[in-house]
Amino acid sequence: MTTPTATLPAAARTRRPGAPEPALSWGARTGPVLAVTLAVLVLWYLAAIALNAHGAIERVLGGPDGAWSATQLVQTTWAMQRPILPVPHQIGLDIWHSVRDWPIDSPRNLLLHARTTAEATLLGFGLGTALGLLLAIGIVHARTLEKALLPWIVASQTVPVLAIAPIVLVVLGSLGFTGTLPKAVIAMYLCFFPVTVAMVQGLRSPQRIETELFHTYAASRWQALWALRLPASLPHLFPALRVAIAAGLVGAIVAELPTGAQAGLGARLLTSSYYGNTVQIWSALLMSAVLGLALTALVGLLERAVLRRHSPTAQGKLKS
Amino acid sequence: MSHPIASLSGARVRPDAPGALLAVLALALLLLSLPYPALQLAGEDGFTLNPLAWWAVQAVAPGWVAWGTGLATGVAALLALRATPGRAATLALTLLTLAALGGLIALTPTEEQGAVGSGFWLCTGAVALLALVTVARVSALPLPRGLDAASALLFGLWVLLFWELLTTAFAVPRVLLPPPSSVAVALWTHAATLRDDLVQTVGKAVLIGYVLGCGLGVGVGIAIDRLPFLQRGLLPVASLTSTVPLVGVAPIAVMWFGFDWPSKAAVVVLMTFFPALIGTLAGLAAAGKLERELMFSYAASDRRTLLDLRLPVALPFIFNALKVNATLALIGAIVAEFFGSPTVGLGFRISTEASRMNMPLVWATIVVASAVGMLAYALLGRLERRVNFWHPAIRAAA
Repeated sequence: MTTPTATLPAAARTRRPGAPEPALSWGARTGPVLAVTLAVLVLWYLAAIALNAHGAIERVLGGPDGAWSATQLVQTTWAMQRPILPVPHQIGLDIWHSVRDWPIDSPRNLLLHARTTAEATLLGFGLGTALGLLLAIGIVHARTLEKALLPWIVASQTVPVLAIAPIVLVVLGSLGFTGTLPKAVIAMYLCFFPVTVAMVQGLRSPQRIETELFHTYAASRWQALWALRLPASLPHLFPALRVAIAAGLVGAIVAELPTGAQAGLGARLLTSSYYGNTVQIWSALLMSAVLGLALTALVGLLERAVLRRHSPTAQGKLKS
Repeated sequence: MSHPIASLSGARVRPDAPGALLAVLALALLLLSLPYPALQLAGEDGFTLNPLAWWAVQAVAPGWVAWGTGLATGVAALLALRATPGRAATLALTLLTLAALGGLIALTPTEEQGAVGSGFWLCTGAVALLALVTVARVSALPLPRGLDAASALLFGLWVLLFWELLTTAFAVPRVLLPPPSSVAVALWTHAATLRDDLVQTVGKAVLIGYVLGCGLGVGVGIAIDRLPFLQRGLLPVASLTSTVPLVGVAPIAVMWFGFDWPSKAAVVVLMTFFPALIGTLAGLAAAGKLERELMFSYAASDRRTLLDLRLPVALPFIFNALKVNATLALIGAIVAEFFGSPTVGLGFRISTEASRMNMPLVWATIVVASAVGMLAYALLGRLERRVNFWHPAIRAAA
């Protein structure tokens, strides 16, 4: 590998750098991902043996001088009640049982917790997106807002807001707001920022020639916003929405930590960690990962639905 | 600005004195307020209306404060009516409004003394409108580069002062929203405690975790630069982690590494690793084809291309990741302390004092954490400008 093309995909390596790359086949794209995932799983099982061996020998196999074979040891470390590191199939089984064996409204059912968290996330995401849109439209149209507000919007994100979650909950709780809304407020705080920044960029993205055309049509500022700026900003908006909904989910989960909430993935994490139930902690984590992926996929679907209806120029600009 | 098309490209064609209408409204409010009492004083038989108009209030605060407030508001409103304000006039307007607001805060009675009346509120409304005018005026002024943040700072100052005024005038319970003054007092009285918390959380957990996490992320990103297979395998997996709330590993970290700072540092490492990796990979792929072909035509080795072209191009991406990570690291360490910590640390302080309803101290802790976050962000920004001085985006801003 002495050519500077080593960084290009393997298929492109024989070509002159700069020539258009052929699209990678599906196999070439998923192969590496599968390999990495498989490697992670193998390492996980091995790490579980190493981490759990001590406890397994002490508690299950009858002390270090007991008679046990290596096979027994491995089997024990992969099937412990309270392992230091549970193995993937234990976690999968735990989720499966919690979803299968309990009714949907039982606090032992992970789906209930996932639904509670998803509600708060989606509400916060909706509020945050609306706020972000309003702020961006204001900032693009008023210099005062841009100068006085934009620095604070940036600064607001350097505040570790999740640390403030307990207070927001206390304040809103004493005002009589409990349940979903306080969590949604925290999710909103994390959601609005990426949307604001991306929309300010997006609303300013139309070319001079396009704005001039609108001017010759004697379009008002609102007409220009509706027919030119907003459509032009869509490709900027959706990547920001994906970031926002993931951030909102983290916000909702952390907001469930300090309240002693009965339901929600965060509450589940906290109770499991109090009782030292490691398998449950991991399954709550995995469930939140799945929920995060599902929510992001939802935004992706929305993106495809919206951008298909819009002009090919919007699709041409779409990068991801 | 005078070109008609300028009005479409984001900049508005404004009258040269923004806020003149607000100034008229403020003047009207002030005139309206004159006949009304400022304060309802608690007498022997409950509330007795102060017979005097608000600017002659005598029992609670010295009358001249009220007089001065009214006068300052009036002069400021008249100043705000001027069509073409210069720097001096804007400064005078700001100072007068500030004085009027200070007077109002000084006039506000405590709960035992009584409550504020309608005259007070009308005057407060006038001052609020004038405050908006000052922000608009300062934004419109052509200021030198050093004073870029002037209007934002002014806006922040108004928010703080009105927060102080409204929480005391409405007698908002401290548990809900303590006035800024009480937070400042808490900062002062608990300075030693907060310093220890800062050393515990930021000095140990955040710093060590941040350096390790970002270092590993950038290092792995550069290390697998030659291995496209690993790159294509790792990048999607790393991107997936951004949708996973990694903060959730905090309880596991506490189980594995104990209650003290190593568990927090572990959470921080995990949270900062992936953004740093993604930023590095994206940055290394960002060099343009033209530049790469140039290096190719110079017969530059891979290492040379990496050092002279691709790493410099990647730096803005890496710095972005570092900035995002600064906040992430703080959040990670503080949230991890909710799951168990020694009796010191910012997260510990927030959760225990919140449960004891000692809100001024909680807010003081938040002020400290936010100050650290902003400081880290600002420092990274300066470092980036020093390192990336050649970059078009930086040059455009300078």
